[in-house]
Parts: sequence; C-alpha cells; structure tokens
Amino acid sequence: MSAASRSITPGPVQSAHCRYLLRLGDTSLVLGQRLAEWVGHSPALEEDLGLANLSLDLIGQARLLLSYAGELEGQGRDEDALAFLRDAPAFLNMTLAEQPNGDFGRTIVRQCLLDAWQLEVYAGLADSSDRRLASIAAKAIKETRYHFRFSSGWLVRLGDGTEESHRRVQEALNELWRFTTELFAADEVDDALAAAGVAPGLAELQPRWSARIDEVLQEATLVRPAPVPYQWHGKRGVHTEYLGHVLAEMQHLQRTYPGAQW
Amino acid sequence: MYTQGLDSLGKECVHTAAGDTAALEARFQGKVDADEKIEPKDWMPDAYRQTLIRQISQHAHSEIVGMLPEGNWISRAPTLRRKAVLIAKVQDEGGHGMYLYSAAETLGIEREQMLEQLLAGTAKYSSIFNYPTLTWADIGAIGWLVDGAAIMNQIPICRCSYGPYARAMVRICKEESFHQRQGFEIMLALARGTPEQQAMAQDALNRWWWPSIMMFGPSDTESRHTAQSMRWKIKRFTNDELRQKFIDITAPQAQFLGLQIPDPDLAWDESTQHFKFGQIDWSEFQAVLKGHGPCNRERLEARRSAHENGRWVREAAAAHAEKQRARAQRAA
Repeated sequence: MSAASRSITPGPVQSAHCRYLLRLGDTSLVLGQRLAEWVGHSPALEEDLGLANLSLDLIGQARLLLSYAGELEGQGRDEDALAFLRDAPAFLNMTLAEQPNGDFGRTIVRQCLLDAWQLEVYAGLADSSDRRLASIAAKAIKETRYHFRFSSGWLVRLGDGTEESHRRVQEALNELWRFTTELFAADEVDDALAAAGVAPGLAELQPRWSARIDEVLQEATLVRPAPVPYQWHGKRGVHTEYLGHVLAEMQHLQRTYPGAQW
Repeated sequence: MYTQGLDSLGKECVHTAAGDTAALEARFQGKVDADEKIEPKDWMPDAYRQTLIRQISQHAHSEIVGMLPEGNWISRAPTLRRKAVLIAKVQDEGGHGMYLYSAAETLGIEREQMLEQLLAGTAKYSSIFNYPTLTWADIGAIGWLVDGAAIMNQIPICRCSYGPYARAMVRICKEESFHQRQGFEIMLALARGTPEQQAMAQDALNRWWWPSIMMFGPSDTESRHTAQSMRWKIKRFTNDELRQKFIDITAPQAQFLGLQIPDPDLAWDESTQHFKFGQIDWSEFQAVLKGHGPCNRERLEARRSAHENGRWVREAAAAHAEKQRARAQRAA
C-alpha cells in the first residue's frame, strides 16, 4: 500500500476545489511560519527584514486562500479555525514547505524551489475560471516575483561565493531535491481542477519551473541533483515528522484556551 | 522601541574649550539656541558628537535587541491576523534600527563598529528587553506600556538639535504609535475575554509596569547629564517630567481595561493635577543595567549566535561581489 492511499482526511468531506485551495493556502502558511523563525536571528539586518517580508506576504496569501477554502467547505470554518484547529493529516501543504530552516543556505534553497513553483502556479491561475482565485493569484504573483528575486539572488551569491557557501547550498539542494517531485505530481484533485479550467495543468508547469531553476543553478555554479523517484504526499495529508511540531507550536494558544477570542 | 539613559555621557566626553574652539562653540550654541538644526558637516563640540553617537547607537541596539522578546511569540501568535501584525511590528523595529545606525554613521562611526560594541557587551541597550515574554499578554503589555513609554520619550527627539537624528525620529514615532495601539488592542481583547485571559493580562501588567516606568531613566536628582543635554537640545524634558506624563496618561487606560496597576500608592492628586506614585526600586534597575536581569545573557547570546552563524553568508556575499567586479573588469 502506498503512503498516499493510506492517507486519512478527518473532518468534513471537502470538494476538490476546496482541497486545492487548502494545498495552496497551507503551503503559504507553513512556509510563512517557517520563515518567521528567522526574525531576529538572520545573518544581517537587511536579511532579517527581507525574510520577515516574505513571511508576511505568505501569511497574507494564506489568509485569503484559507478564508476562501472555508467558505467553499461550508462548515463555518474561518481562516483561524482552519489554521489553528486542524491536525497534521488535514493539512495539505507541499512537504517541502514544512522542512526545517537549517542554515540560511538551506532556507534559501527551499525558498527558491518553492518560489519558482508558486510563480508558475500563480501565473497559471491568472486565467482561472474562478475569478476570486484569479484575483488572489494576481496579487500573490507580484509578491512572489520579489520573493524569487530575493531567493534566487541569494542562491547565486551563496553558490558562487566561497568554497564553504558553495558546499553548504549544494548539500542543501541535494537534501531537499527529493521533495520537488511532489510539486508536479498531479492527482485527481489537480486533474479535476485543470479539467474545470480552475487551475493550470501541473504537467505544463513542470518544464517552465525546471528551466527557471536550471538557469539559477547554472549561474550559482550548482549541480542539479538526479531525479528521485519517491513521491512525498503532504498535499494528500501524509507529512514528514516535522509538520506536527510546527503545528504544536503554532496552535498552542488556540488549543490551550478553546473558544477564547484574541 | 527605545533606550533609556539617553543622557549618559561617557568619561571621554570632557568638555574642552580653548582659543578658537571657544568661538566655534559659541557659534554652535547660537545655532542650537535659535532652534536651527546641526547637520553632519557642521562643526560640533566633540562631547556633543560623542553623546549623540552613544545615544543613537544605544537606541539602535535597543531596536535590534527589542526584536527578540517579541519575536519569541511570532510562532505562537493566536490568530493569523495577530501573527501578521506582530511580524510587521518586529520588522518595523529592525527598520528603525537601520535608520538609527545610518543616523549614527553621519557622525563618523561605522555600523560594524557599533555592532562589535553591542556584541562585546560594551554598548548599552534598553534594559527593558532583558525581561522575558512569558505569555501572549506580554506582547500586549510591551506594545501598550513599553512602546507607550518609548513614544513619550521619542516625540521630543523629533525636535532634537541634530538633524539626521530628528528626521529619523519623525518616521519612527509614526510607526511607534501604531505599535502602541496594537498593544492596547491586544490588552483590550484579553481584558474582555475569559477569566483566564483577564488573569493573563493582569499578570503581564504586574510584571511590566515597574520596568516600563524605569525606562525614563534615573530620577532628575540622580541624572547627572540632563542639564548639558538640555542645553544642547538633545533632550527637551527631564526624566521625571516624562515619567509623570506617562503615568498620567496610562493610569486611566489601565482603569478602562479593568486592570490594577501594581502600585498601592498610585492615586490622583487634586492639588497637583497629577497621579502620585510609589517608590521605584532603583536597585532592580541598576542590577539589570549591570547585566543581572532575567534575560541579559540570553539576549546577547542570541545576537552573538546570529552574527556568528551568519558569518559564512556575509563572507559569501563579499566573495561573490568581488568575483562580479573581477568579471566586469575582464569584460571591459
């Protein structure tokens, strides 16, 4: 039995449309949460402000996407109920987003891979038959262009910097590459949304992402790792061990004081 | 945020007036008295320069260290809106640090030098940030009280005689007033919340009240350099004047929140039209200033480890920039 077929989805039955929004929203949320861990601890003041900016944008995207997902679900759950009161198996973020920050280089590698993915996804959503989603994507893509400039700029500096920085980011790339397969592994949700003209087909996005990443890696003098066959299934609710810890911390107050208003 | 002890002059800042210097000083003081701004290229007494470097860099360090206690709650903020607002606020503080380091650089010191002084433990930062943030209510209390005290201190600095500092402060004050409001709003939500939330708010007020009113620095009778700083128009009000103003404004706010300020002597005095308040425990203030506060070690350690862990990144950026320059030269 594959990991994906064992996935459980507790709570209400969600439409493919709703699940698609959760995938995007949860990816932004978890990545934003991870980036916020850097605030006050970055290599320099400018990077502290930059990473905080990225985090803030991503959490803003998550709020729009989760609010919309909650409305589609129709169970009365708002952005906070979805963010703070779901357990890990109900989170549908890409597995890459939940991976630990590691050093600054590893954070940059994770960011660059996901920024390039979001760039393609949001660009594809500009023509979505879902006008609300299209308008969220139109706002998000402007932010994501800046995010990609930040992360790819740093990846080039670190890759083509010192011997040590080159070694560190190459190792991070080798380590995180296995999670990129999931970004383009279409399942019934992706297929249904593509067929309905809501979302772009992932198969179309993959070559553009790949070309964009290759361009950065070349400038950064980094070697693209070999494809890794194993697929991760965060977007189906099957996560790495890390997500549970991210959520335990993030959800602490809402879980400790049920029903309180903040 | 804010730094206390803004009027502290170092031992090296000895006022020397002789010969030509006397004429220059007279002209300088004339400009100050006429409320003209002193700009980076203008002549200024060395003691004035050193006082400003010390004050502005302490202020900048306070912004940077101040990111830590609040940053401690970003990952646990109770709603997405609160999380976003808190990230934005902590980010603003980093931005304030940046303007202030730039303002200090106009006086002839490099940011790198100031940073070294901070990491070596020789530069001060506001001792308020050596207190821990133990619950979410502390984030509200910091915004309400600490930023409230900061605004009280900083608004007069917008009229400081040194141009770059005054201008940096105008922008900072606008953002601080937003910070103060968000803090009060957090407290209000807690005060109107469950009994547990109310207790959390009261506990935070209990812990932050006295450190907040110590932020105005030693009392006027103990503050040695107030007179000189006021003559130079670096400082416009005394520590005690500002402290009184803060208490007069904050006491009714606490009442509105239904919270009890932890001072049994706090009472409205009809004759002075001010609140009377109890004795401040200056031994605590001195102890924290000397490094014995609850979090002095942790705060400096966090700054040092960020700096150390980031060294390879800064080296890589420099190496890459050098390679780029070399390539551009070869291409030319």
